[in-house]
Amino acid sequence: MIPAAFEYARASSVEEASKLLKTYGEDAKVLAGGHSLIPLMRLRLAQPKALVDINGIKDLDYIKEDGSKLRFGALTRHVTIEHSAVVKQKLPILAEVASEIGDNQVRNMGTIGGVVAHADAAGDYPTIALMLDAEIVTNRRTIAAKDFFKDIFTTPLAADEIVIEVVFPVANGPHKYIKFRRRLFDWAIVGAAAQKMNGGWRIGLTNVGPTPVRAKAVEEALHTGAKPEEAAQHASDGLNPSGDLRASPEYKKHLARVLTKRAIEQAE
Amino acid sequence: MKHKVSTTVNGTRREHEVESRLLLVHYLRDVVGLTGTHIGCDTSQCGACTILVDGKAVMSCTMFAVQAEGKQLTTIEGMAKDGELHPLQQAFWDEHGLQCGYCTPGFIMAAAYLLSQNPNPTEDEIRRGLEGNLCRCTGYVNIIKSVQSAAKTMGGAKAKPAGRPAVTAGGE
Ligand SMILES: Cc1cc2nc3c(=O)[nH]c(=O)nc-3n(C[C@H](O)[C@H](O)[C@H](O)COP(=O)(O)OP(=O)(O)OC[C@H]3O[C@@H](n4cnc5c(N)ncnc54)[C@H](O)[C@@H]3O)c2cc1C
Ligand code: FES
Ligand code: FES
Repeated sequence: MIPAAFEYARASSVEEASKLLKTYGEDAKVLAGGHSLIPLMRLRLAQPKALVDINGIKDLDYIKEDGSKLRFGALTRHVTIEHSAVVKQKLPILAEVASEIGDNQVRNMGTIGGVVAHADAAGDYPTIALMLDAEIVTNRRTIAAKDFFKDIFTTPLAADEIVIEVVFPVANGPHKYIKFRRRLFDWAIVGAAAQKMNGGWRIGLTNVGPTPVRAKAVEEALHTGAKPEEAAQHASDGLNPSGDLRASPEYKKHLARVLTKRAIEQAE
Repeated sequence: MKHKVSTTVNGTRREHEVESRLLLVHYLRDVVGLTGTHIGCDTSQCGACTILVDGKAVMSCTMFAVQAEGKQLTTIEGMAKDGELHPLQQAFWDEHGLQCGYCTPGFIMAAAYLLSQNPNPTEDEIRRGLEGNLCRCTGYVNIIKSVQSAAKTMGGAKAKPAGRPAVTAGGE
């Protein structure tokens, strides 16, 4: 399959990338790992007029400790997050999530900035970003995760706005992310995350709606002393997932409850 | 508009003018003329097109040729040295790690990356390391044996034997 023709330019700094995006106009796109964009372009579901390749911006690939925060440069690849000693120590759930994204070939290319900007309903990092109150920093502003994932494939990013980094709080208490899928390298049919933090629980769900979901009803039930299995019954409260080839809406709601229970029970 | 791309493919410098939409796998097969890298699915699912880009396993169907500017590429054609098969190639041959062979170049490149990161993988680590490669013929057991055998030849000290015993002709 051959994508539609497009203009191509390499940027060596964020300023240059932003300028190029502005010059090309609305139909230009950033090219990061390419592992969501190129598959869409091959199917011609995406036909950008121009691609601005940011892979040459070396200072966007970093993981920095910053007090009670961890800052991930937008070009940090899944493989780097998976193996990072600081991440394993300060935010182990993210290293575990990274290690379960796609396969080695996907993890060698895909970037955290790309997952966040793409805002696929089945993306894994967005769930963790939402439930831990992460922030998305662009070349213009800082956006809280809860204001970032607006709808499926929809974020507040302007056409010439570039994600620079994703900032997570340190969280190294008991945690678990369970991703339900039929083959090891598949996207989640449904995913559930549990993280103990500041004495309470944070619970997040993947692919049960157009955006990631924070299961506040479960968090509150746990806070008032409910057992995991009781609290997890609330995981499907208010959900209205759409069915797809792999799961009906009812089945996704069932998975949300079962996986939430398991995630809380297996958190360590 | 065409773009100049210079890469090193299996140790040889290459320079071409290419369209930006040309996928790396088409560049290797149709422009450079190395057809050992296969296209299995064209949808980033099967791993048949796996090559090494600066030593990392990458699906060449999910990268544009223009992105390979300045990179070192290794394809299956770059594995044998001086007429001698690479230990992985030899092991796939010896352990019957292939039947039709369509998936094999991708498996060998993915396995080469795996062994570069972990010279001594357990069976489980091999299964996980090759999760992005699909084979429709072998049932995978002999592929895993092949990688274990290659790991041994390449110096991995405690390569474990395959988990499942081979079926003996005529049954027990
Ligand atoms: C077989 C396979 C399995 C996968 N499984 C999973 C999975 O289980 N979970 C999961 O989360 N992901 C999965 N992915 C997707 C993978 O993680 C992608 O890498 C990721 O979604 C996109 O990141 P990227 O760097 O490749 O971005 P690209 O594909 O380059 O870009 C994606 C979109 O984001 C925009 N963009 C990228 N970076 C920026 C930036 N810095 N600023 C502004 N806009 C930007 C692009 O313009 C584009 O619109 C899978 C992919 C494949 C091929
Ligand atoms: S052809 Fe590239 S993954 Fe199947
Ligand atoms: S040997 Fe035929 S697909 Fe693997």
